[in-house]
Amino acid sequence: MLWVDKYRPHTLDKVMVHMEEAQHLKNLIALGDCPHLLFYGPSGAGKKTLIMALLREMYGPGAEKVKVENKPWKVEAGTRKLEIDLTTVSSNYHVEFSPSDAGFQDRYVVQEIIKDMAKSRPLDVAGTKGFKVLVLNEVDKLSREAQHSLRRTMEKYSSACRLILCCNSASKVIEAIRSRCLNIRISAPTKEDIVSVMQHVAKKENLQLPMGLAGRIALQSNRNLRAALLSFEACYVQQYPFSENQAVQATDWEQYVTEIANDIVTEQSPKRLFQVRGKLYELLSNCIPPEIILKRLLVELMRKLDSELKREVCHWAAHYEHRMQLGQKAIFHLEAFVAKFMSIYKRFLIANFG
Amino acid sequence: MCSIVLRFGGAVETHRSSSGKLFVGCSCFTVHLLYVWQRGLRVADQVRRSPLYIPASGSWERLEAQSVFMMAGRQQSTQQWVEKYRPKQVKDVAYQDEVVKTLTNTLETGNLPHLLFYGPPGTGKTSTALALAHQLFGPALYKSRVLELNASDDRGINVVRTKIKDFAAIAVGNSHTAPDYPCPPFKIIILDEADSMTEDAQNALRRTMETYSKVTRFCFICNYVSRIIEPLASRCAKYRFKPLNEDIMTIRVRHVCQEEGIQLSPEALSTLSKVSGGDLRRAITVLQSAARLYGSSISGANIISVSGVVPDDVLDSFVAACKSGQFDKAQAVVSNIIAEGYPASQILNQLFDIVVSSPDITDEQKARILERIAETDKALIDGADEFLQLLDVASNTLGALCNLSQELTAF
Repeated sequence: MLWVDKYRPHTLDKVMVHMEEAQHLKNLIALGDCPHLLFYGPSGAGKKTLIMALLREMYGPGAEKVKVENKPWKVEAGTRKLEIDLTTVSSNYHVEFSPSDAGFQDRYVVQEIIKDMAKSRPLDVAGTKGFKVLVLNEVDKLSREAQHSLRRTMEKYSSACRLILCCNSASKVIEAIRSRCLNIRISAPTKEDIVSVMQHVAKKENLQLPMGLAGRIALQSNRNLRAALLSFEACYVQQYPFSENQAVQATDWEQYVTEIANDIVTEQSPKRLFQVRGKLYELLSNCIPPEIILKRLLVELMRKLDSELKREVCHWAAHYEHRMQLGQKAIFHLEAFVAKFMSIYKRFLIANFG
Repeated sequence: MCSIVLRFGGAVETHRSSSGKLFVGCSCFTVHLLYVWQRGLRVADQVRRSPLYIPASGSWERLEAQSVFMMAGRQQSTQQWVEKYRPKQVKDVAYQDEVVKTLTNTLETGNLPHLLFYGPPGTGKTSTALALAHQLFGPALYKSRVLELNASDDRGINVVRTKIKDFAAIAVGNSHTAPDYPCPPFKIIILDEADSMTEDAQNALRRTMETYSKVTRFCFICNYVSRIIEPLASRCAKYRFKPLNEDIMTIRVRHVCQEEGIQLSPEALSTLSKVSGGDLRRAITVLQSAARLYGSSISGANIISVSGVVPDDVLDSFVAACKSGQFDKAQAVVSNIIAEGYPASQILNQLFDIVVSSPDITDEQKARILERIAETDKALIDGADEFLQLLDVASNTLGALCNLSQELTAF
């Protein structure tokens, strides 16, 4: 079992970062009821961990007995009848799914699942009917229509089911939904938090973790706890006992992007552009999301740039990323950015160094 | 008398047994019976496909489905304060004096034109419309005389052609009038959030409005009057609802605090009215969220953290970094903002306010910054990445504040 999963806190009392939020959540459900919740924050901040711990707090260990189900949902959409295959993770008390799996049919799926949940509500010990919880991941990827239809559904079925929404950027969730939920911002853990969590894991595993190495792992993780723990484990596999100045392995795609950045800066020519295209394709075919590639590439290029050029390059990165979202094929826009960068950089070199 | 409120539909069968007991059974999967015994005992129960025994003796009183929540004992915690403190009568609506005056007049005479309410969110448009309808017809006739549709109900052109038209066409009898209420001889169709109706759907309404004007009045509610097509707007009496000023807001919020037993410091109160910007609904929702999360004594910082507003010092550091002219500093601030999870759209909103009101930024600089903010806002709506867009705004703000050249290299 990976350390990330092994040491995931299961109760609200045991979380090591966001202790304040955990305490608030505990107070919130102490009355036995909770409003709809919207968790937002960057990835690896602990949103999912908090949600699972919250469910456990509400329903006890039963909430952790999950089964993965793949079943077809029959949906009546106006005059048509659709059948949508969908994978859900569910326990007796909650259902979890990512609407993006449902593609453009997401609005029907969300409603159908909520209706289905409303039919089978759990009874608690006292015999009062409780509510189920629907955990929706990546609400920011939910289509506009689905979000709009969700707002009515949220009100209509509020007695039978509570929604816990989880997303990276709250800007992409419409105001109407945000205002119906209790918004909880989960910030990325600070470097110190990450170091202390790693020390905690090291203690449990009986390892000696030098502070210097811990600090560098935390720095490289970009405040992403999951990434930090994964690379910590990778370091352990690579070399133990740890040495103070042991190299921290970046993930291979990151190294690859660094390589691309180097290629671009050393030579600006159509030939090089062609080579870079091949490499970008390689990354894309390994399922690295294009916007992540572009972001990483920009950060890498920025390191090598003169401050004069930074503003301009950053503008074009934002420009092409925007176009990428509007367009269909990511490779065009990635390549356009690379070409633009080459042109700017070459012009700069000629102007300054002849 | 016994009445049953069904939550999820399904047929209900009742029969009286020879011993005088009343049995209730139902065919649907889950049914809730919500009832109040006249002695004051409140019971909520659930039937799962099995008949439930209810004593035939004793009397029952019907409750509105809306006002009863699933858990009888936990009613208080679940009810939205926004609903709880919604004005019940037209005259209770805060701050909209002209509107209230005209409508009270209407209530007396029972003569009503088609209405068009417009104004920013949280100013009492829906509340006024609902209160008006309730006061005109009373609880008994409300269901049969008022049709309420909002944007989340399906409101395509088909609905206009069938549902709305059918409802509008029903004749109104004079026989069933409630005492105590004016009960004018027409029905009301309330179309909430009418600006999100398609133009076709609005066009389809034109003729309906005129044909059935004898028996039906329409009430459109919208934020932007410009999105209502002219032919519809010209058929209505228009009422503008203005954003609430701080005093009125304070009074209302204080009232809610008093009723709910919440300690709100003056500092928190002013933060609350600043955060909500004249939107009373938002203010009350924020207040309720804060009360749920932090208990009964609430500080200004609590309000900020619940409302999703970005604290001022974050923006100050953003502006300071841009003023310093060092790109790396600005980049660090932006990465920090994203890591903290603040929504970029909110940052843009607040940055806009800061830039516009800042005295030491020249007009030209302001123009440059605001233009980019506008473009970025559009990009964000298109789904662009927050980090890159915010970095772009930062770099542009930096350029503007330090008077760096704006020119970009062309191909």
